[in-house]
Amino acid sequence: MSDHATTLPDGGETSAAHLKSPRRRSRQRLETLRAIVLGAGFPILLILIWDRAVAITGTRLIPSPYQVAVMMYDFTFGGIYDDAFSGTILIHVWKSMQRVYGGFLLAALIGIPLGMMIGRIKVLRQLLDPTISLLRPIPVTAWLPLSMIFFGLGPNAAIFLVFLGAFYPILLNTMFGVRSIDPRLFEAASMLGCSGTGMFRQIVLPASLPAIFSGLRIAHGFAWILIVVGEMTGVPTGLGSVVMDGRTLSRTDLVITGMIVIGACGFVTDRIIVAISNRLLSWSPQHRE
Amino acid sequence: MSNAQADILTVRGVTKRFAVGDGEVEALAPVDLAIPKGEFVCMIGASGCGKSTLLRIIAGFEEPTTGDVSIDGKPVTGPGSDRGMVFQDYALFPWMTVRQNISFGPRQRHLPREEIDKTTDEFVRMVGLERFADRHPNQLSGGMKQRVAIARVLANDANILLMDEPFGALDALTREQLQNELLQIWKRTGVTTIFVTHSVEEAVLLADRVLVMSAGPGRIHSDFRIDLPRPRDVSSPEFNALRRDVARRLTSHLMLARA
Repeated sequence: MSDHATTLPDGGETSAAHLKSPRRRSRQRLETLRAIVLGAGFPILLILIWDRAVAITGTRLIPSPYQVAVMMYDFTFGGIYDDAFSGTILIHVWKSMQRVYGGFLLAALIGIPLGMMIGRIKVLRQLLDPTISLLRPIPVTAWLPLSMIFFGLGPNAAIFLVFLGAFYPILLNTMFGVRSIDPRLFEAASMLGCSGTGMFRQIVLPASLPAIFSGLRIAHGFAWILIVVGEMTGVPTGLGSVVMDGRTLSRTDLVITGMIVIGACGFVTDRIIVAISNRLLSWSPQHRE
Repeated sequence: MSNAQADILTVRGVTKRFAVGDGEVEALAPVDLAIPKGEFVCMIGASGCGKSTLLRIIAGFEEPTTGDVSIDGKPVTGPGSDRGMVFQDYALFPWMTVRQNISFGPRQRHLPREEIDKTTDEFVRMVGLERFADRHPNQLSGGMKQRVAIARVLANDANILLMDEPFGALDALTREQLQNELLQIWKRTGVTTIFVTHSVEEAVLLADRVLVMSAGPGRIHSDFRIDLPRPRDVSSPEFNALRRDVARRLTSHLMLARA
């Protein structure tokens, strides 16, 4: 087929993107460096302001960054205070991770298929949409007493609360993703002989994946937020319980240490989710980060 | 009229009414149409004359209000792999590569792997996209996307190719090239083709037969046979005479509609 007349201009525009001159590469490296300096610079600035503010006001209610750093060291390796919290970071992180990921995965496992079905099947939408809209505005914290009655004192109540918080963003984003699929894609698939469950697997799921991933990211954030509430339900270990214990003992350095560890865990998992979504959504550059 | 045995597609008394607000709009007056196997038919008409609606009814995406459509004597009840639509906006699956898009139909039929690969290779080659087979649609130009869409339908063994203003969004050079490629593919495969366009020149260039449709409600206004030998020379007097005829027929009812 005489193809050159059209492939040449096409080839021109795409190959320009692959062409990496040394100058372009060094500019790219400079851009990465800039992003790191700016991204890390701002928290360092905040720590400096915090340090100065504590020194100038002379408050004893808030520890200095240095005191928190010492607490962080003791929490991680022990050997300074040698109290109940020394060197216990791993057990707390591990326990909290189990609850956060347990609740989060449960929410994804139920939210994604349910959202796909509600988005696609009108009867289900009519049946469930009003109930979902009714339950969704209820703050997760309001479920705390009931969840303790349902699940008793212990980790299951925490998992339930994390699940509740993560469920709605996953469900609603999946529903939205399915509803916004171009109807032409369904027509194209059905004329090519695709139907029933094949349609869900081959069209609905991949087409709504960008929306599902933004739901997963929001939900994952909520999951870590809710772990503090979840671990108010009387569990002895976990980062949330560390923060609550710090509060009871008036050990603000411990509270801030717990906050920082929760933030760091959330940050790392968020990066992992972004990496997975970039990999799965490489076909859709507008969803890449 | 051609005899009934050779007709691959028959449309009998098809009408379509759409609900708009409280009322109804009559999009298609009773339409009758028979298309013999292997024919290249262009449907032309102003926007709103129901040409796309008729095509979508033939595809099975929409149900006629009255009347029926049959393929090889069997009534159409919904979309099926005997008919393949090529949309103006491509409607490729953006998460699949060129190769996966083209092999989508054969994969639905659970054919043996080697057979799927063989068919896919054949149609990737037919539309000249070997070098781009592992790209995703967003890495392709409009012309390439439309080639994938054509290959996707043909790889699925469709007997009838339905094309809804397929080249309307392309630049003039690419459009001309794709028109030539489409004619070659049509000649090679013998696939019956119904092509909706609003360009008189495109219709006269491509078709064995041009159906001019008129609006309010949509109906087939006139039925031209184009007997010019291919390849057609758009600058020849015969071509231009035919083009003038079709254009005059098209504008005559436009004037009536406006009056």
